[in-house]
Amino acid sequence: MNIRNLISYLLLIIFLGVVQIFFLKNLALFGVAFVFIYLLGILILPISIRTVPLLLIAFGLGFLLDVFYETIGMHTAAATFLAFSRSLWLRAISPTGGYVDTEEPSLSEMGFGWYLSYSLPLIFAYSVVFFTADQWGTGGFLGVLNKSFFSSIFTCLLVILVQLLFFKRRRGI
Amino acid sequence: MLRILQFLYRIRAFILFVFLEVAAIWMIVSNNSPQGAAFFNSSNDLIGSVLKQQADVVQFFSLAEDNEALTSENAEILQKLLLLQVKPDSVSFTLDSAFAATYQFKGARVIGNSLRFSQNYLTLNKGSKDGIKPGMGIFNPDGVVGRVKSVSENYSVAFSLLNTGLMVSSKIKSTDVFGSVQWDGKSSSEARLLFVPRHVKTQEGDTIVTSGFNAVFPEGILIGIISKVAPDEKDPNYLNLTIKLSTDFSKVSYVYLVENTQFNELDSLYRQSEVSNEY
Repeated sequence: MNIRNLISYLLLIIFLGVVQIFFLKNLALFGVAFVFIYLLGILILPISIRTVPLLLIAFGLGFLLDVFYETIGMHTAAATFLAFSRSLWLRAISPTGGYVDTEEPSLSEMGFGWYLSYSLPLIFAYSVVFFTADQWGTGGFLGVLNKSFFSSIFTCLLVILVQLLFFKRRRGI
Repeated sequence: MLRILQFLYRIRAFILFVFLEVAAIWMIVSNNSPQGAAFFNSSNDLIGSVLKQQADVVQFFSLAEDNEALTSENAEILQKLLLLQVKPDSVSFTLDSAFAATYQFKGARVIGNSLRFSQNYLTLNKGSKDGIKPGMGIFNPDGVVGRVKSVSENYSVAFSLLNTGLMVSSKIKSTDVFGSVQWDGKSSSEARLLFVPRHVKTQEGDTIVTSGFNAVFPEGILIGIISKVAPDEKDPNYLNLTIKLSTDFSKVSYVYLVENTQFNELDSLYRQSEVSNEY
């Protein structure tokens, strides 16, 4: 990651954070579908990044969101979990021959099918951890699954949309 | 020894992961215990000011509605004032001064609010500098809103009534039967009234108000209206009552805070006599 990438990454994080905190905080479609667009900031990190800095970035991002959401620890726990499972999941779904000339796991680099199978399970895992922490001891597990399912679909949709709208395209998709 | 260190080094990512998760869970637990000190939340000055900027912009759009609500409340208060001024009898009794000064009211503005999670919180634009203390009750002209959790110098964070951790002592207005209102984490317009015995006769449409027993709220502040009566499946001794909340939590903008000046005295009395005051 050179200095130019770093700056554009920081800009992306600020953009996602502002959108998440100011516009998406109280948004819930039908009361079940939440959006965690800031997860794009963790998903977009280069494939070659080591797990330790990845975990620390995710922890920091989750904590930043928690402070504004008044849900101390919940986003942090979920984002850290997502970061850890990301490196395992990337290994599990690596294409034959490994990740060679590609650097970041984005929609334009990897294609639609791969990206969906990369992001959807990770966002779902995130949502399950988050809503379990949120409803601990109160709601049933069914409610957790319900919210996680719709939230992950909605988030995934927006993550893809943001990339289609704002990211440079390298290949025609 | 070297091999153990090598092994530990190899799984360092996993160790860090476990450590971070434990830290996060510790934060969740310490934040959710009512007595636990909340270190980081929106009562922090920096975050509070960001939320305030946002509220400034958003609430500009609801100014007309807020004005209307204030006007109608003013009218209501004027009506009550009229009743006080006209004395039907020439003899008037002055209230006990201790009773009269029990409750103190303050006003504040909501600058942060959530309603879609199981634990929802409000952020208010006043803090210890303005005399806000943890434990104060919050309501608006429509009904009960919540209770203050922690304060900083300029801001404070409060449990919303839409928080599964908050219980409000309440009663059915017509029959004076008391119970506890608690949110069940489902719909943001409905809550439960707990601990109402089975033999009590209630029906849909009965009004629920605060009981004044736990010394947080004065007696008689509206909470909601019973919308469904059913026997409790888990515990046959009690009724399962669903309440339609009178406060629209998506529109709370200006609120009143109430402090019982004798709360500490009452509380220590309860403790001294080893009575747990659940309601």
